[in-house]
Amino acid sequence: MEPMLKARGLVKRYGKVTALDHCDFDLMPGEILAIIGDNGAGKSSLIKAISGAVVPDAGTVTLEGKEIHFRSPIDARNAGIETVYQTLAMSPALSIADNMFMGRELRKPGFRGSVLRQLDRKRMEEVAREKLSELGLMTIQNINQAVETLSGGQRQGVAVARAAAFGSKVIILDEPTAALGVKESRKVLELILEVKSRGIPIILISHNMPHVFEVADRIHVHRLGKRLCLIDPKEHSMSDAVAYMTGAAVPEAA
Amino acid sequence: MSTGDNYEAAASNSATDVARFDETSSGFVGKIHHALHVTPALVPLIVLLASIVVFGLLLGSKFFSPFALTLILQQVQIVGIVAAAQSLVILTAGIDLSVGAIAVISSVVMGQFTFRYGLPPGLAVACGLGFGTLIGTINGWLVAVMKLPPFIVTLGMWQVVLAANFLYSENETIRSQEIATQAPLLQILGTKFNVGGAIFTLGVIFLLVLVFLLAYVLKHTAWGRHVYAVGDDPDAAELSGVNVKGTIISVYALAGLICAFAGWALIGRIGSVSPTSGQLLNIESITAVVIGGISLFGGRGSILGTFFGALIVGVFTLGLRLAGADAQWTYLLIGLLIIAAVAVDQWIRKVAA
Repeated sequence: MEPMLKARGLVKRYGKVTALDHCDFDLMPGEILAIIGDNGAGKSSLIKAISGAVVPDAGTVTLEGKEIHFRSPIDARNAGIETVYQTLAMSPALSIADNMFMGRELRKPGFRGSVLRQLDRKRMEEVAREKLSELGLMTIQNINQAVETLSGGQRQGVAVARAAAFGSKVIILDEPTAALGVKESRKVLELILEVKSRGIPIILISHNMPHVFEVADRIHVHRLGKRLCLIDPKEHSMSDAVAYMTGAAVPEAA
Repeated sequence: MSTGDNYEAAASNSATDVARFDETSSGFVGKIHHALHVTPALVPLIVLLASIVVFGLLLGSKFFSPFALTLILQQVQIVGIVAAAQSLVILTAGIDLSVGAIAVISSVVMGQFTFRYGLPPGLAVACGLGFGTLIGTINGWLVAVMKLPPFIVTLGMWQVVLAANFLYSENETIRSQEIATQAPLLQILGTKFNVGGAIFTLGVIFLLVLVFLLAYVLKHTAWGRHVYAVGDDPDAAELSGVNVKGTIISVYALAGLICAFAGWALIGRIGSVSPTSGQLLNIESITAVVIGGISLFGGRGSILGTFFGALIVGVFTLGLRLAGADAQWTYLLIGLLIIAAVAVDQWIRKVAA
């Protein structure tokens, strides 16, 4: 089967630091692929190279068999790849609705939209509210409240809802449950499974082994800037995975 | 995979009404804080109304007349237009020190193109507007693409443009009578009309239209939202799909265009084309913006606030002059207002997370 998203020989250097060292990557259609690795293993660099946030020094990325060259996150988004960054990438002073539609605002139909370029605030608010309640992640009273007035978990929820609402090909989640409590984490995991049931593959970066082993179909173990191995969570234990990613054990296949 | 102790099940019966915001505990101060956070232009509006009332009580009809109040509008029109441009730049967390120089050189281009090269005044005005836009675009390109600090870029551009202005104009003023007889279009923004004792000029009308137009654009278009997002957190804006470079360049270019309009209004106000006019516009515009409650750190504030800020300065200037006070009192009070405005801004930014 042709991978949905495939990378071969990705290299990214920052001065003398090699963040990606001829890294390969495969995401199959409809799967949840978890990426695990120690701090500094290059997980974030890999994600940034795929999502257009950095341009790799060498290597190729193909989406549905076609080679792609993202120059910016906007390119990746236009290609249907949505990313929830660890920093969440939201403008604190702007409202929830503004943030959800940042960069893809809806304009009013007819003259007011095409000539006066007026935003369709009402519809954006409706859609934003609908997406948030679909998540059931929070009771937001006012969709127009500034994001900076939300708690960490609520902000995370808004960011995940934004990606789920617009991602059509691939959704990348960088530590989506790191800032969340038990119940909110559960909601995000449920959302991840729901997005998967729509047939959209998900890349999940997480340090939370129980979460990874619960939802992932395959696990990409990242070590020293490249893919060390791919493991099946049904055939390996969490201890195996931790041993591989920290270098305490060497996988048989490698 | 076995979960062992099913810790999540313990949470399944927990309370369902999560994260409700406790609004009653905030009290009166909290309510003010919230109102200011949502509508930052409230502070300058209140200060403006209070100062009008105080001067009105002190000076009576001498101050509180249609003539005097519209005189304030006439006196602040140039600063107001330039401050509108400055607001856009400061909303992106930048600053533009070259605004005054752009206004002046644009007015010189309009005048010299008419009188030196004999271009039709309409074309000369268009050239002046285009020239201002060009300088603004260069500023924006240096800030967005070359990643130079806006303060440095516009400090340099201020000197460059001002010097070019004197070199090109040969320090020569085009006199008011010549303009009035040969190219009245250059002075058109100074055209006065009387509405029941209130004197308006076309420049004042332009200022009012500009402020409301920019308020609309900033609030109700995607571009306006992007200006705020870029000023708030450029990295986040970039990652969420905003064309940060394009937005910054367009903001500086638009600021240049607005300053060129200010240059045109300047001809209307002083009658002549003078390369030595408008020297303090950059500082005065920043003053209006700060008093108007726009944060110098970007992303917060409104253009209406700037308009109120410019009017506050105008009210203080005229009020104190009519009261016979030394002009230095004006500067002293304006200085205090600036510091107070920034203190309020810091307070507004404190949000209970």
